[in-house]
Amino acid sequence: MWGVARQKVGFGSFSSPILGQVLQRIRPLGSILPKNYSSAPKEMTVREALNSALDEEMSADPKVFLMGEEVGEYQGAYKISKGLLEKYGPERVLDTPITEAGFTGIGVGAAYYGLRPIVEFMTFNFSMQAIDHIVNSAAKTNYMSAGQISVPIVFRGPNGAAAGVGAQHSQCYAAWYAHVPGLKVLSPYSSEDARGLLKAAIRDPDPVVFLENELLYGESFPVSAEALDSSFCLPIGKAKIEREGKHVSITAFSKMVGYALQAAEILSKEGIDAEVINLRSIRPLDRATINASVRKTNRLVTVEEGFPQHGVGAEICMSIIEDSFEYLDAPVERIAGADVPMPYAANLERMAVPQVDDIVRAAKRACYRSVPMAAAA
Amino acid sequence: MSIRHQTKANKEGQGEKPHLDFFLFLPHLLDLFSLLHSTMGLWSVRSRLAHHLGQKMAYLGALQRRSWPLVSFLQLWNPRPSELVGGLSSNPINRCSDRRFASIKAETSAAAMDDRCRYQVMDFPGGKVMFIPEMRFLAESPGERISCYRVLDDDGQTISGSSFQEVSKEIALKMYSDMVTLQIMDTIFYEAQRQGRISFYLTSIGEEAINVASAAALTINDIVFPQYREPGVLLWRGFTLQEFANQCFGNKSDYGKGRQMPIHYGSNRLNYFTVSSPIATQIPHAVGAAYSLKMDKKHACAVTYFGDGGTSEGDFHAALNFAAVMEVPIIFFCRNNGWAISTPTTEQFRSDGAVIRGQAYGLRSIRVDGNDALAVYSAVHAAREMAIRESRPILVEALTYRVGHHSTSDDSTKYRPVDEIEHWRTARDPVSRYRKWIERNGWLCDDAESELRSNVRKELLHAIQVAEKMEKPPLAELFTDVYDQVPSNLHEQERLLRETIKQHNGDYPPEVPV
Repeated sequence: MWGVARQKVGFGSFSSPILGQVLQRIRPLGSILPKNYSSAPKEMTVREALNSALDEEMSADPKVFLMGEEVGEYQGAYKISKGLLEKYGPERVLDTPITEAGFTGIGVGAAYYGLRPIVEFMTFNFSMQAIDHIVNSAAKTNYMSAGQISVPIVFRGPNGAAAGVGAQHSQCYAAWYAHVPGLKVLSPYSSEDARGLLKAAIRDPDPVVFLENELLYGESFPVSAEALDSSFCLPIGKAKIEREGKHVSITAFSKMVGYALQAAEILSKEGIDAEVINLRSIRPLDRATINASVRKTNRLVTVEEGFPQHGVGAEICMSIIEDSFEYLDAPVERIAGADVPMPYAANLERMAVPQVDDIVRAAKRACYRSVPMAAAA
Repeated sequence: MSIRHQTKANKEGQGEKPHLDFFLFLPHLLDLFSLLHSTMGLWSVRSRLAHHLGQKMAYLGALQRRSWPLVSFLQLWNPRPSELVGGLSSNPINRCSDRRFASIKAETSAAAMDDRCRYQVMDFPGGKVMFIPEMRFLAESPGERISCYRVLDDDGQTISGSSFQEVSKEIALKMYSDMVTLQIMDTIFYEAQRQGRISFYLTSIGEEAINVASAAALTINDIVFPQYREPGVLLWRGFTLQEFANQCFGNKSDYGKGRQMPIHYGSNRLNYFTVSSPIATQIPHAVGAAYSLKMDKKHACAVTYFGDGGTSEGDFHAALNFAAVMEVPIIFFCRNNGWAISTPTTEQFRSDGAVIRGQAYGLRSIRVDGNDALAVYSAVHAAREMAIRESRPILVEALTYRVGHHSTSDDSTKYRPVDEIEHWRTARDPVSRYRKWIERNGWLCDDAESELRSNVRKELLHAIQVAEKMEKPPLAELFTDVYDQVPSNLHEQERLLRETIKQHNGDYPPEVPV
């Protein structure tokens, strides 16, 4: 199921080493990966997954380098780049002055020249100070230069709400960046997603926005042997069916996938068999998988953390209407964050972000197990 | 290539001025000073040094030869920091690092408090600083503007006392020919826009010397990140008139596949990055490319051009700061032409132009007469040497005047006097000034001049005719290059578009190939 990417690999070729060598190369960080490889699935946190992906790609291609605030000496604001400065030196792991506009512009310039920078934003909220370079200098350049200047750059960092960090540290930018032609936008959920998609992003010749999630960094997921291989790569533009079902389709990305899976568990006890789709790729959106799922279940709930208006769910809904309208047995339900800047107080924050119960209620509404919201007004 | 030295420069109202040999000598002096400071007693060295400098700096009027406590020595430098050329402030081990802590009034009351403050040095993050008990603010301006390097006078004569990089006859003539070509190109394309044949154009009138002379001092391996008023650089490197015309007409031979407005030229082959409209975004890009050159250990630098208006953008500040911290080989070339559309420099900044800001970020900088081709050539030549050899950023500010309107969408007579424009177009024209110099050398005669002009004109008119008649890019090019591979949704959209065209053939413009 988790196939190796079919897209072309830009630099070098990757042979498939034996697993023991793979483990050495990953440099486990006080890790839980034993040396002897048994058949039981291993666990890895998202942080370790990202770190290992960065490490492997930097080691495979000398043009790849990392830049951002605190990525070097501090080992990364969230320790994602731990150990990299020590291993690769200050030329390839750059601690930058505080200027998102500055270092994003510089990263884009390096990409124009032919290097493969990875620009880290401490959170994507701060990417606002650099968004001109992301959109006008990175996304549009291959087109405007008619293919003469490609921009193989990755912008990554935590996106969306954390816990108690307030409005300027909690916004989800999936819809903002997915709006722009020329960008690819990815958002992993599990460790395997994180590894495979980050590797794919680094190898991709187009600019990629890689939206992580701070609260997921510490979460552990099982990873298959295939995922631990250094040539592992996930295809960009393919969603994953995390849980198969037949009564209602639930789309989600990043942290909300976990919530959707929990909601599916609750729903199954009430006789509703939900299919959970982990989008993985916001642009390009895997319309084929979503539509196929809705044609099977006839009901759809979209879940996202970001603001509702012009959000990812709105686009998914429109895609279903365009391609599978006759298959819908109920209006599409959209679960999103509250349409307010994120409040700080814990009780208010909880109410501003979707919770598992919200997803359960929406699925029930879609299945006509409760009164639809409009009728209750 | 030799550098010509002459005797003292002679500027009105000034006495002896520091000149090139002093520039080279001073850093070594200060190295010596700092070294001896740490080992021997301070006094003997300082007196010798200060005496030497005293002779040089007599016109400052700040000299107090009675005694040389460290503090008053430092105050010696304060009143006219602008007169001090490169070596002093950029010397990293210069113990007088914080020389700018006094106001202009410092000279008079200096000696009294010196004794108390002697040797009192504080340690802070960033290094040691001298401290003083008197509160003094740095003046908002240094009192006198940074002087401007110039080689040719208004009559095309080399100024006595000037030093400049020699140019061979071949290069000199190519420079002249390209400056003339640029002038003619600007005139004819501007007219073409007025006739409705192209949608937009932007001239570089008045900045021909900046364009061509700076390009001549670079090599083809130096990567250029232009703003938009530097087509002369591309011309120098070999972009043909046909290629310029193709881009302006957006035909199928345009390297940009008709995707951009006119004047957004670009050429990978000639190391000239495609012009991008937002102001100053190219400046940090250039730093990124310079960093890449450094990582690749190439013997080349990045060069980026921008106007006086561009120095207000955040990107300018971030890029200069970064370049200094990362120590990259780059030349920042500011074309200070006095106007940012209708905004004069008095409303753009309150600093002394762009050159003064270089020092704030830790960059070596120079101000040069942008209408003097030889001065621009020499300055860029020297800047390139330093940038590559020492892997450091250099800021060059060229003072000039934007003779043309901002673009074809602008009528500058609405915000500036017509006679001012005419004065700069005629009396201060860089091309005729340079021509006089070439003629003095006996390298050009009148016949060659008019033959050149008519040839260029004929070639350009022909190129425009060809470009105008040529087909536009085919429909498929609407969808390519958004990504490296065309994604499925765009394939789908193209299919739908072609179906629509087939069904409604009459509505589709006939001259655009399907």
